[in-house]
Amino acid sequence: MTAWFTDNGLLLGLALLDGLAYAALVFMVAVGLNLVFGVLRIVNVAHGSLFAIGAYTAASIGLFLAAHGLPPVASYGALLLAAVLVGAVLGPPIERLVLRRVYGHEDALQLLVTFALFMILEDVQKLVWGVQPVANDAPMKYLGTVDVPFGEDVIPFTAYQLFVLPGLAVLTLAGLAWFLRRTLTGRVIVAVTTDKEAAMAMGIDATRVTLLTFTFGAALAAFGGALASPTTSLVPGVGAQTIVLSFAVVATAGLGQIEGAAVSALLIGLGRSVAVYFAPEFEVVVPYIIMVAVLLVRPQGLFGVPETRRV
Amino acid sequence: MTHALTRRQAILGAATSGSLLFAGGNAGAQQKPAELKVGICTFLSGSASVFGVPAKQAAEMLFEEINKAGGIGGVPVRPYFVDEAPGTDHLVGEYRRLVQNEGVHIIFAAISSGSCLACTPLSDEMKKTTLLWDCGTQRIFEEGNHPYAFRTQGYGAPEVLAPLLYLLKHKPDFRSLAVINQDYAWGRDSWEMWKAGMDALKPGVRVVAELFPRLGATDYSTEVTRLLASRPDVILSTSWGGDLVTFVRQASERRLFERSTFVLPVAEASLQMLGRTMAAGHVIGARGDHWNNHPRPKDPARLAKFVADYRARFNEYPIYPCHHMAQAISAMQAGFAKAIAAKGGGWPNDEELANAFRGLTFDTPTSSITLREDGQGLEDQIVGLSTFTDRFPFAVPKDMVIFPAAMVSTPVGQKSVEWMKTLKPDILAQMPAAIAG
Repeated sequence: MTAWFTDNGLLLGLALLDGLAYAALVFMVAVGLNLVFGVLRIVNVAHGSLFAIGAYTAASIGLFLAAHGLPPVASYGALLLAAVLVGAVLGPPIERLVLRRVYGHEDALQLLVTFALFMILEDVQKLVWGVQPVANDAPMKYLGTVDVPFGEDVIPFTAYQLFVLPGLAVLTLAGLAWFLRRTLTGRVIVAVTTDKEAAMAMGIDATRVTLLTFTFGAALAAFGGALASPTTSLVPGVGAQTIVLSFAVVATAGLGQIEGAAVSALLIGLGRSVAVYFAPEFEVVVPYIIMVAVLLVRPQGLFGVPETRRV
Repeated sequence: MTHALTRRQAILGAATSGSLLFAGGNAGAQQKPAELKVGICTFLSGSASVFGVPAKQAAEMLFEEINKAGGIGGVPVRPYFVDEAPGTDHLVGEYRRLVQNEGVHIIFAAISSGSCLACTPLSDEMKKTTLLWDCGTQRIFEEGNHPYAFRTQGYGAPEVLAPLLYLLKHKPDFRSLAVINQDYAWGRDSWEMWKAGMDALKPGVRVVAELFPRLGATDYSTEVTRLLASRPDVILSTSWGGDLVTFVRQASERRLFERSTFVLPVAEASLQMLGRTMAAGHVIGARGDHWNNHPRPKDPARLAKFVADYRARFNEYPIYPCHHMAQAISAMQAGFAKAIAAKGGGWPNDEELANAFRGLTFDTPTSSITLREDGQGLEDQIVGLSTFTDRFPFAVPKDMVIFPAAMVSTPVGQKSVEWMKTLKPDILAQMPAAIAG
């Protein structure tokens, strides 16, 4: 065992760096999904579409700014702007016009409705951006690469991957924790999450809270997409790929758990990276093996709390 | 003066017309239809729509041209598009609907090898001529006999063997190789064929990494690190679409192209999107000979017109699925012309149409393709090294080798993987000389 670590320690170190960056991307999407479920009690399949539209919007704004001669650093503003735009423009109408009609209905109906929404938004993407890959890697290129020592060799990593993604994920986690626990609005959201009826009895406007939370969750999904956009190429179907992995993260964490999403994103990110290095055949299934293993031991997820069912 | 039709008259009339139709059918006479209906299976959604939608656009453009010129045999053509994306079960239902409800005369199927494997048995069962217009799996004609199915372009074996031969000629001293293919049938099959051929032609190459990320993956940073750490002389990837674009972008940013020689047999469809991100000096293929900068096209004016018309209408260069669609349409025109001529100007039935395709040779803008006795089309392959010119704002090949189809295609009756294992290094001596391009 010690000999194995001696031989492969350097590779494990690289896998750790890769896993952190991947976990950061996955966390940004999963945390919004988890927040929305916590308050609305809806598993929102259309979350993947919001991720994709956020990514497309960020790439388009970035390309627009570059075409008008603005420096590459301006495209960082595009990432944030895309998240705000998508959250503000799509979040409220989806919550008010669609989701509000299915609160409290059977899970199957809610899934079907959000799946229908997902399909519609997929077609909207194709109408607006077409089917050929769209990419804007200016934010990634702007920061260049960092050479990480690897024995007598060096491995170039992008600074975006090494610093920006994990840094923003940590900031998002800390910011969310502060917002939910230290601000009045955050505490109101936590109150509705914990016991909606009791919160309403205390005079909290749950309707407003659900609208606010969904809009915020949509913006988080779009921000996840925007952050992913400099590293990837956007094609139809990118939302579907993301939502499946996000569900694995959320189920592993326990529905509604913010810190849990961070821990399970880390587990899944690192697990996948280690698999790529040492057992690439398992790369695709590792996230789901981790999910199943956790759910077998803790059906409510790593940080979930068992719920009493009312009869 | 008008008469209302009584129920008795209507039944009698219907019975009489039915008898006439039946009698006509027995006599083998085939009425020329009001329109020639063509069912076309392609990806209209999902990640493979990067191929499917451009091909649909090409089909619409070419069908309009055919109709302006008077149709096929004087009959206007009409496409019926169906989406492959929902999966093979759905496509099988759509195939039956196209034949039984829409009454299509011919079907083009499909992009996905899985779709083609599902549709070819249906062509046998429903006796409907089916042109396999883009899928590459070698299994179709190697594992079965399909009298109504014909592939109007090359397939996996030549598309893998031609880049392998090119690499062996261009960089004969490579000692290690890594593969990164999409985790599905094409990714696995193409690697199996490559490995069989490589082991036969250059034994002892060390495979330092076999990576199969999921189809549609959006992040390859871990795989790129793994490849950087492994330092292979050669990196093979038969990936396509957004997957390839993402992989090349991430690899390029992290200088992987400076450390290893890439072999990308399906690169052509992604080069426009990659622009200057694609590095020069790497081996690239196009699943055929239909590069827009083909050095010696058979019909330069036709190639130039197709490229110009497509660009004018869709504001982008045609990619290989557009050329494959154009090939299928050329084959359809030639097949109907041959069948109509064989019948002295009469309209062919399904069997007569299928018979016309066997052994058919049809022209493409770049060459001629012959459908051999098993239904497989023999299409030349062009492989070259990526370079940049003033003519295109993206990488195109230079030092192109036109591999004759017969040289790189599995002989009839043999299995591709087994055939690859029997290859001898003297095949390299048969390679035509490179053309500067």
